[in-house]
Amino acid sequence: MTPMDTLVRLVQIDTTLGNLDANLDTHLRAIEQAVTDGVDVIVFPELSLTGYFLKDQTAEVALSLDSPFLEPLRERSRSISIVAGFVERSRDGRVYNALAFFEEGEILHVHRKVHLVTYGMFEESRDLAPGEEFCLVESKHGRFGFLACEDAWHIDGAYLYFLDGADAIIVCSAGPGRGVTGKTGELSSNRVWRTLQDSFSLLFRTWMLYCNRVGWEDGVVFSGASRVVSPTGEELGEPLGLDPGTLDARLTSAALDHARIQTPLRRDERPWILARELARRVGFELPGEGEAS
Amino acid sequence: MSELDVDPELVVDLLTRFLRSEAGKFGFSKMVLGLSGGIDSAVAAALAARAFEPQDVLAVLMPYRTSSPDSERDAEAVVEALGLRSKRVDISALVDGYLDQEQVTDRLRRGNVMARARMIVLYDLSAENGSLVLGTSNKTELLLGYSTQFGDSASALNPLGDLYKHQIYQLARYLDLPANVLDKAPSADLFEGQSDEAELGFSYADADRILVRLVDQRVSPEQLVAEGFDEELVRKLIRRIVGNQYKRVPPIIAKLSERTINQDFRYLRSWGH
Repeated sequence: MTPMDTLVRLVQIDTTLGNLDANLDTHLRAIEQAVTDGVDVIVFPELSLTGYFLKDQTAEVALSLDSPFLEPLRERSRSISIVAGFVERSRDGRVYNALAFFEEGEILHVHRKVHLVTYGMFEESRDLAPGEEFCLVESKHGRFGFLACEDAWHIDGAYLYFLDGADAIIVCSAGPGRGVTGKTGELSSNRVWRTLQDSFSLLFRTWMLYCNRVGWEDGVVFSGASRVVSPTGEELGEPLGLDPGTLDARLTSAALDHARIQTPLRRDERPWILARELARRVGFELPGEGEAS
Repeated sequence: MSELDVDPELVVDLLTRFLRSEAGKFGFSKMVLGLSGGIDSAVAAALAARAFEPQDVLAVLMPYRTSSPDSERDAEAVVEALGLRSKRVDISALVDGYLDQEQVTDRLRRGNVMARARMIVLYDLSAENGSLVLGTSNKTELLLGYSTQFGDSASALNPLGDLYKHQIYQLARYLDLPANVLDKAPSADLFEGQSDEAELGFSYADADRILVRLVDQRVSPEQLVAEGFDEELVRKLIRRIVGNQYKRVPPIIAKLSERTINQDFRYLRSWGH
């Protein structure tokens, strides 16, 4: 297996709410630049093609995977791998908050947000169906596990990607900024996000690539702060602020090996203990939605 | 340091971004606001002056014949300090035209008519110069309902609505506003000598400490009383919050069709922008 040497670019964008053409244009311009710069994988935030607080627009902007609208991204993925967020309409009519991974001219993978967020200012469960799976993507540029925003507030997805041997966990987010009390110089929500990213990187010995969006929707600020954390928990490069921007990171096998030989947490993990303990709690029957306590 | 203390630099950065972005997406880069000489409108004006060019912010001084001359003087100091464009519109004729005709003597009714007359002026001027009306209602006043519906509470964008009075003072100090604006007692200035705190019957400082626990932290009233907060004041604040909910929401629409605006016809104002 060739050693990994992948240049990833996180693109922190603002979006136009429900205007897919305008957002696609933003994507294509960033992709063109990235191709020129020799980037291997370009990552956009959650719902990057649609904007976030869609409410009744959710179903109106939903796309099936074979939609001609996605063709420009499919086409460009012959020269660069692309992660973009959109609303997916499945054949059975359900709509999902989805991340698509485009590579070699096709959609190699779609991650449907598992942990929809429906509390506080959020009402995703009203408009969206939840995803049910965390599947590692075997890309030509590495093994990637995808999380959509709230998915990173639960441990299951990241843990499963860790078991699968993910090289990097890519978190695409439309994370609002809240909390301005204290003299911290930053939104308290950004502080919490950083703690989550650092913790996952340390626990799971992978790169954490956090790509958030910026801009405002009816007074809600999306708080940016996209950043890259190494498999040893160190911040790589300068995290982005509240403006649109890009952050590049080079992911290499050498760095991964170093982190995992130094602290072999995956080697020592015995997932069957978790499996046994879970079975003891929920039984061997798989609980359906709402049945597990 | 109080639990109400905000990081003023961070807040000012966010609010100037808010104004630029939310106005800019609809093609606006100019604001108009009523400048009373009080702290709220001075802070709002300072934020707008940072978000846009100070000359793109039109401060409108709208005295009524019984308004305190000190207020106008303080407002002029703010105009001067921030380099704003300004305009003086005496609302006496507009207001008296109605009040005299209808023989309105009740102080509250008169005050509300003045507040709504100012709203009429601001919206007209916003149409004249292609700007948006900047809101100046803070969170304390919105929660207490201490404002005139469709009067001073009317605006296109409100940068202050999620900040308590205590936090407005913090911003005012950070923004280096004229001392008079900071030092004088808060007043709706609908008649000379009016005082917010005398009318309300409690101080903003006491109210803020309770409101942040009740609203932001969702602590129960019983818990607040157990912590030593004045029970009567806690009850009074809750009565005001509940009793003034009508001022914070759009008018109620009778739901008849299959899909009613704002009930199950749900779109942000940012729709398509």
